[in-house]
Order: sequence, then C-alpha cells, then structure tokens
Amino acid sequence: MQYLIIIISAIFVNNIVLSQFLGICPFLGVSKKLPTALGMTGAVTFVMTLATMVTYLMHSYLLVPLGLEYLRTITFILVIATLVQMVEIVLKKVSPQMYQALGVFLPLITTNCAVLGVAILALGMEDATLIKAMVFAFSNALGFGLAIIIFSSIREQLELVNIPKGMQGVPIALLVAGLLSLAFMGFVGMV
Amino acid sequence: MNNIKQIFFKGIIKENPVFVMLLGMCPTLGVTTTAYNGLGMGIATMFVLIMSNIVVSLIKNLIPNKVRIPAFIVVIASFVTIVEMILEAFIPFLYDQLGIFIPLIVVNCVILGRAEAFASKNNVYHSIIDGLGMGLGFTLALTVLGATREILGSGSIFNLVLFGENANTILLFILPPGAFIALAYLSAIYNKLTLKN
Repeated sequence: MQYLIIIISAIFVNNIVLSQFLGICPFLGVSKKLPTALGMTGAVTFVMTLATMVTYLMHSYLLVPLGLEYLRTITFILVIATLVQMVEIVLKKVSPQMYQALGVFLPLITTNCAVLGVAILALGMEDATLIKAMVFAFSNALGFGLAIIIFSSIREQLELVNIPKGMQGVPIALLVAGLLSLAFMGFVGMV
Repeated sequence: MNNIKQIFFKGIIKENPVFVMLLGMCPTLGVTTTAYNGLGMGIATMFVLIMSNIVVSLIKNLIPNKVRIPAFIVVIASFVTIVEMILEAFIPFLYDQLGIFIPLIVVNCVILGRAEAFASKNNVYHSIIDGLGMGLGFTLALTVLGATREILGSGSIFNLVLFGENANTILLFILPPGAFIALAYLSAIYNKLTLKN
C-alpha cells in the first residue's frame, strides 16, 4: 500500500515535469516526435533508477558517517556523470540494439536536472529505505515518460495547425504544456 | 571597446538565455512565483556563472580536452555549494523558498553552456563580461516572469500590495500551470518585439 501511494503520487499528483518543473529541458527539447520521446523515456528510466540507488547508498554509507553532507551536490553530479558514461560503454558492448535506440540520449542526461533532482528528493522521504528510494525514482521516471509522451503526441498534431506567427514554436509549446499541467492538477487530492 | 559592449549586451537581448536559447528552464518556471524569488535565483545563478567563467578561462589550458566537461562540472558544483552555504547562513528565507532548485543550479545548462562555448576559448576579462551579460539577461527574464505571475496571481509586486487586500486575483498564475502559460505569452511578446527589428 505504502509503495502504491509513492507510485501514484509520483506519476500523477506530483508529476515531476508538470508540477515540480524538473527535466523541462528534455521535455521541450526532444518532444517534437513520438519515437524520440519514447527513447528519451527509456534512457531516463534506466539512469534515474540506477543513479538514485548509487547516490542513496553513497549518501547513507559514506557522506553521513563521515559528516560530509555538504559535499552532496558535487558527489551526486559526479556519480551521475560517471554512471551515464559507464552505462553508455556497457550498453555498447552488451546490447548494441538498445545502444542504438538510447545512445544519442545518454549524454543529454547528465544535464537533465530531473535525475539530480530525484536523487536529492529521494533523501528527503519519510523513513526512507533503499527500496523506497528506488521505487520513488522509478515511478518519477514513469511520470516523466507519461508527460513527455502525451506532450509529443500533441506536438505532432500541432505541426498541421495554422498558428499565428508570434506564437509559433516555443510559445505554443509552452501553452500546451500549461494546459497539460492544468489537466494534471485534477489529480490533486487523490492521495 | 565596441567588442566589449557587444559581448555584454548579447546576453541580455539577442541571445537571452531564457527567451531565445531556452536554457535553464527548470528554475525559470519553478521558482518564479514572486518577483523576489525570481530575482534571488537570478542573482545566485549570476554569481555562479561569473565565478565559473573566471575559473574555467584561467584553467582552460591546463585541462586535457577529453576530460574538460567533468572538470567544468566540478568547478561549477564547487561554486554552487558555496552559494548554498551562503544562502543557508545569511538569507534562510530565500533558501527555504528556492529549496531544491539551489543544488540544481549545477545542471543549469546556461552555466555549462557558457563555460564550454565562451569561457574555454576567451580570456578572463571577456569571460567576466560575458558572464555578467548572460547572468543579467537570465536575472531579468526571471524577475519579469516572477513579477508578472505575482501581479496576476497575488496582486502584489516585491510583496508590495497593489490592488488592496480583497482584490480578486487569478490564483492560477502562482500555481504550476500559470508558470507555463505566463512564460508562453511573455515569449510570444518577446518574439513580436524582436521580429519587428
């Protein structure tokens, strides 16, 4: 039950993109076509879950015992950057098909603030455990996926519509995101 | 002299990080519920941007090309940690308001972008000017967005009440959807103004 609440609240109620504003750059950047949005979702899910696991372990068994909590930001960003690099190398060797699908998105993830954001937010959970943190990260990644998939489907349709000149491109995309966010506000109070 | 002016002003208007380059969108949308928060975030980011530009342009010849990105990230993360500690100690109110977006200055693409595109190729003096220009452009965008949302959403600006206590305000603008919608119209206006010139 506890896990169910974490999952539903991360995907719908506190959607990471539409209500917490994390990961906006990939949300706006790679959402022009549905296939690229799917690829990005795959890469984010993989890296976010893995990164939260590693950063959680490092924080509880290395930084806290040594009293070095102030090094959190530096440690986490380095862990994420290294992890992304490692995932890229491993994936290239182990599964070339998957590498082809996700490869181009991996370098972009280092500067995806959703990954670092979730790693930090996971530390602040009530009586956090490793499993809880990983469930939290995984469901946040699903929430990111849901938002970017809906958004890119709408944007594919937008290409065919006549839009006033000043609103073309970014403004109309932001407006669509605003309406989506409004729709997701309907979930508030569900958990 | 002309050159310096150009470097300084391009960050504010022609290459405004928020309206033109769409960089650093997360803090832009996340913290701008009030003009004060927007200004605070902008100044914190500007500090990190200028300092990291200085350090990166000083050490640009010492770093091997292959590991330059991780090296830049460490430089940026160090300054972010400094800002985090300063804010926590001296402006705890702002520290609470900005919350998770302070450590996330590290992944603000504006900063890494300027380190890579400008500071790693130019001298210290030019890098400071570039950081100042870009930082001001970012601060300006955040403050304008924050002011717009605060005026429409809570009827005040910099906590000064504008329309009296019982005014009907559009609450939506201080909620998450309002951030997207306000920025959408602001950038439409920006497009309109710059397209004419």
